[in-house]
Amino acid sequence: MIRFLRSHYWLTGLFAILALLLVLTKIIQPEYGASGLDSLARAALPFAFAAAAQTVVVIAGGIDLSIASMMAVTSVTAAVMMDGSSEQYAIFVVVFVLCLGALMGTINGLLIVLTRVPDIVVTLAMLFVWEGVALMILKAPGGAAAEWLKGLLVGPLSIPGIPASVTVWFPKSLILLAVCLMVVWIPFRRSRFGLSVYAIGSNSLAAFRTGVAVNRVKVGAYAMAGLFAAMGGLVLTMSTGIGAPIPGPYLLASVAAVVLGGVVLGGGRGGLLGPIVAVFILRLVRTDLTFLAVDPNITTIVEGTIMVVVVMIGGLLAVRGRRS
Amino acid sequence: MANEPLLEASGVVKSFGAVLALRDASMQVAAGEIVALMGANGAGKSTLVKILTGAIRPDAGQIRIRGRDHRVHSPAEARQTGLVPVYQEPSLIPDLDVAANLRLSETPVEPFLKWVEELGISGLRLDEPVHRLPLATLRILDLARALASEPDVLLLDEMTAALPTDLVERVLKVVRRQCELDRSVIYISHRFSEISSLCDRATVLRDGLTVGTVDVGPGSEERIVEMMLGAPVKSTEEIVRATGQSLPVQTQETPRLRVRNLSSGTKLSDVSFEMRSGEVLGVVALEGQGQDELFEVLAGFERPTGGHIEIDGRDVRFHHPADAIAAGHVYVPGDRADALLMQRSVRENIALPFYARPARWGNINMGAEKTRVDGAIDRLQIDTRAQGEVQRLSGGNQQKVTIARWIAAGVRTLLCFDPTRGIDIRTKREIYPLLRELAAQGSSVLLYTSELEEVQLACDRAVVIFNGRVVDIIDAQDADEPTLMRAAYGLTNGSAGERAGDNAEEPRP
Repeated sequence: MIRFLRSHYWLTGLFAILALLLVLTKIIQPEYGASGLDSLARAALPFAFAAAAQTVVVIAGGIDLSIASMMAVTSVTAAVMMDGSSEQYAIFVVVFVLCLGALMGTINGLLIVLTRVPDIVVTLAMLFVWEGVALMILKAPGGAAAEWLKGLLVGPLSIPGIPASVTVWFPKSLILLAVCLMVVWIPFRRSRFGLSVYAIGSNSLAAFRTGVAVNRVKVGAYAMAGLFAAMGGLVLTMSTGIGAPIPGPYLLASVAAVVLGGVVLGGGRGGLLGPIVAVFILRLVRTDLTFLAVDPNITTIVEGTIMVVVVMIGGLLAVRGRRS
Repeated sequence: MANEPLLEASGVVKSFGAVLALRDASMQVAAGEIVALMGANGAGKSTLVKILTGAIRPDAGQIRIRGRDHRVHSPAEARQTGLVPVYQEPSLIPDLDVAANLRLSETPVEPFLKWVEELGISGLRLDEPVHRLPLATLRILDLARALASEPDVLLLDEMTAALPTDLVERVLKVVRRQCELDRSVIYISHRFSEISSLCDRATVLRDGLTVGTVDVGPGSEERIVEMMLGAPVKSTEEIVRATGQSLPVQTQETPRLRVRNLSSGTKLSDVSFEMRSGEVLGVVALEGQGQDELFEVLAGFERPTGGHIEIDGRDVRFHHPADAIAAGHVYVPGDRADALLMQRSVRENIALPFYARPARWGNINMGAEKTRVDGAIDRLQIDTRAQGEVQRLSGGNQQKVTIARWIAAGVRTLLCFDPTRGIDIRTKREIYPLLRELAAQGSSVLLYTSELEEVQLACDRAVVIFNGRVVDIIDAQDADEPTLMRAAYGLTNGSAGERAGDNAEEPRP
């Protein structure tokens, strides 16, 4: 247990901060409870998927600036396709949009590998490209979402046999997030592909010499980011009921969550849980400051400060750990 | 055919742009044989290794394993054909644990652990992240991983360079046993003692050309050294005369620079020497023997982990390169890109050290700057036709700019790390007299060079470093290439090593 805590000190710290913030919220706003948790989870959902997308790419030693734009493309595609069509057709839409996301990610990856232009330049360019594509699909916010999809996000889970007083603490959106991430992430971590993603991010020359197909793995990582971005786009359409072609504030938020979540920007180190917890921390800070009626401009200053302080403390701990 | 070679390379050619790295390399390895691959720095060894292991593709030539064409495009493919390399630098993924690394390379765990044990590492935890393991352990794990895949041809590139002696013994024993199983080993090392105890034959490369293969036995060392050097180069005496050896030094005076028992990290273990004002002191070493660390410490980039540096008899500690520069102790790196602002002008590059001293605030005195910069440009005869951007200058002129900067700023001790690397012969001939001239005016120059003939051309004495220690100090007139080469390979007898130590330790009043 101690060994686990030591090797996962960053994650432990993040959970501690989250718990502290929840307690703080309860003190500031005594009636904060199940419904507060529900709205927190729903607000955090698209940010969480954006963070997951960024995490995969950063672990592989890259960065993807086009995540928010890919979310916009998938969001409007889903909204346009579901507009006026049957509820069953929505199942096909979901599958189609997820594939579309993976395809966009693959294009990003292929461009990086084939042109040898730095990833930050390629994905910056693709940020504009995908944004244009989204606007071509839908000029102004519109479209629709299937009712059952919208229902997936609203309210708490209901399981027959378990009293509502327990299930009320498990918002559907939180469960959806956990299921979606686990379905992709657990097989990923156990596969040779997952290992290879960590390997190329850690030291791509050593990985090449070990027999890893570096370029193919890199494309795979970007494809996976596209898949997570598509999930984020779908969630956007599900929660608002329409598609919005202008990308939201998800790009920088995803980088922030990745950094705060203990994923090293140079690649090779970190996990998925850290950035997800970081997303919740950043959302909760926002909620608390809103409760306290603090100027929203100060909110962003606080968020920035938290990020630098946490990463600094993490760096100091890492140095100390290496010395002992 | 019974004695058909297991591996055969012939006529291998490879060029990188205009540089011909391999002109005609060939080697043969029979089953159950250990062959050394030898050559001086830059002879093309590592290019050949990369081609054999599929990391790069040759332009021409043939490689056959068991009589079949060996066309591999990646290390993974090479491994499938039975050729497994252990590279000079560790190739385990630092952020993964040991078990994950094994899974990544699909190495069976049981034989791996057996080899690890056999190679003398005990108590290895498979869930330990690789970046927490010491370098020596990493090398052993690399080797164990290679052995676990039961290679037909094992390729070891400087395997023992980072290992303590007891582990080296274990490694040699294990490698020797490979040939009993009819497996072959290609062994690359700078250590003659290992080669003579281990190898059957040695294939020697020079300037990208296989110059021959020698059966390893008593007396073969001399022949190998000769082959690595090539035909004796034409007499250097004229140049020596032209540049002029320095005045005889007065032994009583306090040395400009005195280094005692200096150590840094794992590479530099114990270096002591003295340098007088007016002296050009050469440093000779094979690649990676600690010379990089020595210069980094002397230039104030790194703090030493032990030992003392004295300048003019006073103990100094550099906390920042600025401290060293303030003491007139300046560094000219081997890679000019590390020293110059490539997009800026010659003038700015030379004047940079003035700007770097914030002793006086306010405007830079352009007049004074111009005088000093022009003086330095004149003195070094820098070609200023393309002075707008340093990157458009030739390599030789760039190197002159790096030196001119310190002449303009005021130099007392010049630390030159391979200043003539990649420079045309004409500019080289200008740089030697320049160093001598600086010395004649009272500066000291510490000159690391990878070209042994430069020692006689420019230096008064040469310090030879091997394995992080000074093994010999040789006067320039005795420092012909074979002598230096033997010393650099650690082949001087014990007394020479002690003599060097005594020299440096000699108490001074």
